[in-house]
Amino acid sequence: MVDAAMQGPVIGQPLLRLAGNGRVLIGGTVLGLLLLASIAAPWLAPFDPLDQDLAAQLQRPAWGGHLLGTDSLGRDVLSRLIYGSRIALEVAVLAAIPTAILGTALGLVAGYFGGLADAVISRLVDVWTSFPPVLLSIILVALIGTGLTSVIVAIIVIDWTRFCRVVRAETLKQRHMDYIDAAVVAGLQPLAILSREIWPNIAPLVLVLLTLEMGIAVIVEAILSFVGLSISTDAPSWGGMIAEGRQVVHQAPWIMSAPLLALLATVLALNLLGDGLKAELDPVLK
Amino acid sequence: MSAVLTIERLNARLADVPLLRDVSLDVAAGEIHGLVGMSGAGKSILAKAVLGALPPVVRVTSGSIRFEGTEIVNLPGQKMRLLLARGIALIPQDPLSALNPTRRIEHQMTDVMRARLGLSAAAARGRALALLDEVRVRDPESVLRRFPYEISGGQRQRVLIAIAFACEPRLIIADEPTTALDVTVQKQILRLIDDLRQRHGTAILFVTHDLGVVAKICDRISVMHSGVILEQGTVAAVIAAPRHAFTRALFAATPRHDRPTQELRPVPEALQCAVGVPR
Amino acid sequence: MTRTLLSRLLQAVPTLAGVVVIVFVLVRVVPGNPIAMMLPPGASQADFDHLKALYGLDKSIPVQFLIWLRHAAIGDFGNSISMRSGVLGLVISRLPATLELAALAGAIAIVLGVLAAVAGARWRGRWPEAAIDAVTGFAQAVPDFIWALAAILVLGVLVPVLPISGRSDPSISLNYATQFQLIESVLRFDGHAFIDLMRHMILPALALALPFTAIITRVLKISLKEELTQDYVLLARVKGFGEWRVIVREALRNAAIPTATLTGVQLTFLIGGTVLIERIFSYPGIGNLAIDAVINRDLPMIQGLVLVFALMFIAINLMLDLVTVALNPRLSHG
Repeated sequence: MVDAAMQGPVIGQPLLRLAGNGRVLIGGTVLGLLLLASIAAPWLAPFDPLDQDLAAQLQRPAWGGHLLGTDSLGRDVLSRLIYGSRIALEVAVLAAIPTAILGTALGLVAGYFGGLADAVISRLVDVWTSFPPVLLSIILVALIGTGLTSVIVAIIVIDWTRFCRVVRAETLKQRHMDYIDAAVVAGLQPLAILSREIWPNIAPLVLVLLTLEMGIAVIVEAILSFVGLSISTDAPSWGGMIAEGRQVVHQAPWIMSAPLLALLATVLALNLLGDGLKAELDPVLK
Repeated sequence: MSAVLTIERLNARLADVPLLRDVSLDVAAGEIHGLVGMSGAGKSILAKAVLGALPPVVRVTSGSIRFEGTEIVNLPGQKMRLLLARGIALIPQDPLSALNPTRRIEHQMTDVMRARLGLSAAAARGRALALLDEVRVRDPESVLRRFPYEISGGQRQRVLIAIAFACEPRLIIADEPTTALDVTVQKQILRLIDDLRQRHGTAILFVTHDLGVVAKICDRISVMHSGVILEQGTVAAVIAAPRHAFTRALFAATPRHDRPTQELRPVPEALQCAVGVPR
Repeated sequence: MTRTLLSRLLQAVPTLAGVVVIVFVLVRVVPGNPIAMMLPPGASQADFDHLKALYGLDKSIPVQFLIWLRHAAIGDFGNSISMRSGVLGLVISRLPATLELAALAGAIAIVLGVLAAVAGARWRGRWPEAAIDAVTGFAQAVPDFIWALAAILVLGVLVPVLPISGRSDPSISLNYATQFQLIESVLRFDGHAFIDLMRHMILPALALALPFTAIITRVLKISLKEELTQDYVLLARVKGFGEWRVIVREALRNAAIPTATLTGVQLTFLIGGTVLIERIFSYPGIGNLAIDAVINRDLPMIQGLVLVFALMFIAINLMLDLVTVALNPRLSHG
């Protein structure tokens, strides 16, 4: 512990190393831009995303006016795209973090305590994962009711198993290591052991999974929007825009292309970030 | 007496590590030449080199291997296959893993005959039955129908021997063919190989770590260690007058049933790591 | 082998029952009122009660279940609330389309997957293998939702070679006996219809097959490479067989066994995937029907469809068991 303190600023070095990793840099930059877009939307967006102009429907992208054209209600596609990033990021964060918390907690319990808890949780995970997630999420949201909250709840309820599995496996591994035995002998309570000894070793793994989960959350929201089970179609979301664009894809392909590309960029960026983080953290973990 | 196989000053390495150093030996027609040594001595690498089956990381840096006059070293794959078809076969070490678990015995025996000899399915089957008789497998009809896991280890090895002799090869590489078998079965298999060799006139390069086996069946032997040939000559000559300390130690470590009370001494560490070439 | 089959079938029954019961209860206890959705605004309480009684929703849940069960036993799955037609009839009319699509996707996945894996093994350590790895990695990183839409853009709009919705050209009217239109078109040598059907099915089938293909390629390639280090492969090479023959005729059947085990579970995801893919491509199968049913809270339809999907999952698992046994001689004899 003392040596660690002697090594200088704890945050600085890892961050610098991360910045050196190409994947993290690219992924992080794209996400940063996304964050910027969603925060600065009111200033970035040239038009009001909800503003309909029935005289200017399905207009092609043009330099002077609507940079990405207009949709079937005359609304500016670019502005809707920018505001759509808000929904994407909102879901990414609000869904991924609780999913991570729930899954990690259960994974820690299953991996550390073993026995009945592990048996029950593992069985639960098995049953849960035997259902196709898309089907499940659609049924869930339809049951709970449409809206962003339902989407977030659906994601948490369905995808916690992703964290649980990995965390459980890693916890099991850590559990059998000598330093844990030492801690137990020293009389530390399980909660203390979990939080002070095991968690720091698992945290990087959870972080990597978190980026992956954010990508999944964005996609699930888009799918549910596409199907019509997320927020109302008036407020702009990429999934909703894709659904609308799909209807007129022959006459106005730009309406579907723009949000599709935005979605693709976001998911790839998150994957890249996760990949880069994993590469960085792997030698440290092992 | 022309040699079927001639290996001249062969050198091979894996990255910086030399695996074979100036190895020379030859096998005459109809002769059984034993290649003896401890595990890791380089015997398997030499055998694989002759078969053109060296792993890609191992490179031959100099020397030659000639089978009936044709150079094997650096021979392109297609030509190597033709050369193999002309007359080289293998009796592998582990009978269980050397047979394809998902194919019946008949297929594994007849495929090579149909490919190399151009036999029809029926003709190949007939020949397979005859071969199984030769290797003294009982109830050959039912063995043909079976999968490898359904027959015993001894039967599997006999099948592999039959496969090796099937196309009347001029040279057979026998890679520790008795190591994976019971002691009781070992003797039978050795006698079988010797019998077949005499009947078909095949030259055999017999790789083994067991001196007892060597004494029983080989005409000449080469003792190998750390990629170097330490001794070479007729079995009688080498056993009677070994020149290198390692060979002597090897003999001393081998149990002999004509001197059952002789104390066995394991080969000393120092000799196990011998690097230089003795003279 | 018949014994294992029977025992699996028996095991499946409680699972089926469980799924059906759970969904039955769930759709009824959760908020969201299908009756209210069916009535025009300003309808009276009497109308509401009348409709509720009509659909049996005024009784307690266990009673409702028994009623449903009794009807289901004689093949009456009730009427779809939103489509005002018999559930069974609707499902039967749409099911073949989905089955054909899923079967086509499965076939594509297996063929492409095996080809890619064999190629990757043949040229292992060289650039083709790296290229295949990169492609499968990319295919898996991007969700199939995006791939399907991208396919629409590229092959339906940009270079409009393929249709992007429906199952067949409306101008072609098929007077077929069954709804298995693709199969029938083959049996009747109706080339025109076959081509038209295929053109409509190929994009959704590819989109559906993509994730499955990527996984098959990855797992099979690794299995193949492992098999190639085995002794029987060395013997095959010494026998004089070339690399292609060794991979395809010796190693492949051994590598297929662990591959089938590991990738088999993905087949159910193929069926689940039809829901979204059919929606994206406006393909008239039960996946599309399911989404409509769920959006409209069409309880009888949801119930019937859940039953159908559950049955399909069970059938797939059974098929998988059969395939595994067939591939591995040790299992069928032991």
